Order: sequence, then structure tokens, then C-alpha cells
Amino acid sequence: VRIGIVTFPGSLDDTDAARAVRIAGGEAVPLWHGDESLHHVDGVVLPGGFSYGDYLRCGAIARFSPVMREIIRLAGPPTQQAPGLPVLGICNGFQVLCESHLLPGALIRNDHRKFVCRDQRLRIEGTSTRWTSRYSAGEEVVIPLKNGEGGFVADDVTLDALEGEGRVVARYLGGNPNGSYRDIAGISNVSGTVVGLMPHPEHAVESLFGPDHDGAGRADSTDGLRFFTSVLEGALAR
Amino acid sequence: MGRVVVDVMPKPEILDPQGKAVVAALARLGFREFAGARQGKRFELEVDGEVTAEVLERAAEAARTLLSNPVIEDVVRVTAVDGAPTDGAPTDGAPAAGNAQS
Repeated sequence: VRIGIVTFPGSLDDTDAARAVRIAGGEAVPLWHGDESLHHVDGVVLPGGFSYGDYLRCGAIARFSPVMREIIRLAGPPTQQAPGLPVLGICNGFQVLCESHLLPGALIRNDHRKFVCRDQRLRIEGTSTRWTSRYSAGEEVVIPLKNGEGGFVADDVTLDALEGEGRVVARYLGGNPNGSYRDIAGISNVSGTVVGLMPHPEHAVESLFGPDHDGAGRADSTDGLRFFTSVLEGALAR
Repeated sequence: MGRVVVDVMPKPEILDPQGKAVVAALARLGFREFAGARQGKRFELEVDGEVTAEVLERAAEAARTLLSNPVIEDVVRVTAVDGAPTDGAPTDGAPAAGNAQS
């Protein structure tokens, strides 16, 4: 199964995302922002970082890159019922997905105005997406969070729709780290193929190199790995 | 050479953390007259030739497409101005672009 990892100028976590795909058992295919073809990948990860230096707004310029035009075309409209290309946007990738209108809402500067970097507890709520099928609903996980502009905002109608349609993929536990409305850490499109997530599952895929699961200093959380095994399993089942 | 100014502001109902930081800093410096501040963006688009109605419409389209995110921001002004790029010259309270066309 081939998962494309997009590198924009200023991407930071593309190598970790590629490594997570390989550890999960997939083939990581590097995609460049200038690529007009996705090279027949089965899914795409938009990694964290600072695409185009976060100029204008985070993700605003990446949205119009050649590779994003093709991803937007293959992912399909956000309200489409038929599944399109699976896309996971992590952190800056989530910002790119919102700017691309593949997901509703926007990410703004953290309400406390400081960069936040910590091991974050989350509750996985949406398990019918292509990226979370191997989690159980309500499961609590710990994966790293690191962002300066991670406050998820949308109007009440949109927020009610996301909750009513079961499209809140993950919520923050143990305190809201960035002012996100309704503690939302991740959302999906209608068909569950496109997921945006502010925390970083690709940094929690290998024991000894992950966050602490219980605060005992063992760095043993591999809670992020199943985002990647989920999409591989889904691709094999097709 | 013509010039189009586009002003973009965060929507009133969206939290503006930068504006909050600014007003807090103002208060620390003794500028206690100001109860609030919101921080927006100003773009100056250079045009080869005259700023026609068509050019202004294209600038408005660019403002909606790229220069603003309608989820969190409003385009509050798309205006033609003449002359050189805005410099640091102080104004007397009147709008800097005295010959605004719209």
C-alpha cells in the first residue's frame, strides 16, 4: 500500500510521517509540492511544519500548490458521500485542509498566545474514518502536541453539524491546550476519508521514542501508530 | 502606476489573540484610553496602469480567494489609491488616501 507524504517548502515532520508509514507496514512515497501527479498512491499525509513559512496565513499558500490541486480533486467535495482519496492532515496539514475547504472551520493562534509542546491526552471519538478504524470509540490515547496556531474555530452551525454527524474525530482531555472550540482536536469530512488532526500521531509510533503513557518516563506510547495501520488496512480491504 | 489597498480584519466574533496582546501592552505603557484592539492586515497591490473598475473587481476577487479566509476574516476595504507606496509620513488624522475612488 502506497501512502504519499507531501513535502512543502518549510515542512518539518515529513520524514517522521514517512517513517510512521513504514513502521505501520506501508510504502512511503515522497510527494513534492510541485508534483502534478500523485504517483498512484492509496492515501496522502500532509505533514506538520511551516509550509511556505506560514506566510499570509498558515496553509494559505500551500493550498494553491500543484500537488494540492490534485489532492483536492481526488479527495472530492467535503460533503460528498462517496469516499474519495484518504488524506490525513497533521498540524500544518490540518491548516492546509481547512484552507483548502476540504474540512470546515479554521485554525487560529492559540488563545494564550504561546507555543505549546506537550504530551497530550486525547479521546478518540470518531472511529469510522479511514484513519481511525483501528481505535475503539471513547479510547483515551497520549500523543504529542506542538503548535502555535492550533485553535480550532468555526461557527455554531458548523460545530453542531460536526458533532451531530459524528465528525469530531478526537477531543482534548486534561485541559484545552489552545482554545479550540468545544475541545476539538480533530475532525473528518462527511465520508470519513479526510481527517485533520492538530496533535502528531507520527511522533508516537515506536516505544522508547514516544511520549510517556503514564508519566513514568518510559517514553513508551505508540498510540499514534494506528492512524497509519488503519488506512493501510482499509486500502487492503478494497 | 496605480495601487489597490485591501484591508482584511478578523471577524468580530472570532477571538483575536494578537489584538488582546496589543491592548495589554498598550495598557502597560500607560495608554489606558484604549479598551480594546483588533489587528488586521493591509495589502498594497501594484497595478501597471490605471485602476479601472475591472481591476478593482479582480482585486476584490483576489481578496476573497487568497488574501482573506472567509471563515475567520472579513475583507473590509478594496480601494484604489494613487501615488507612491505608503511611507511612514505622519498623517493629520485624515485618511492617507485622500483620492480614494471607492
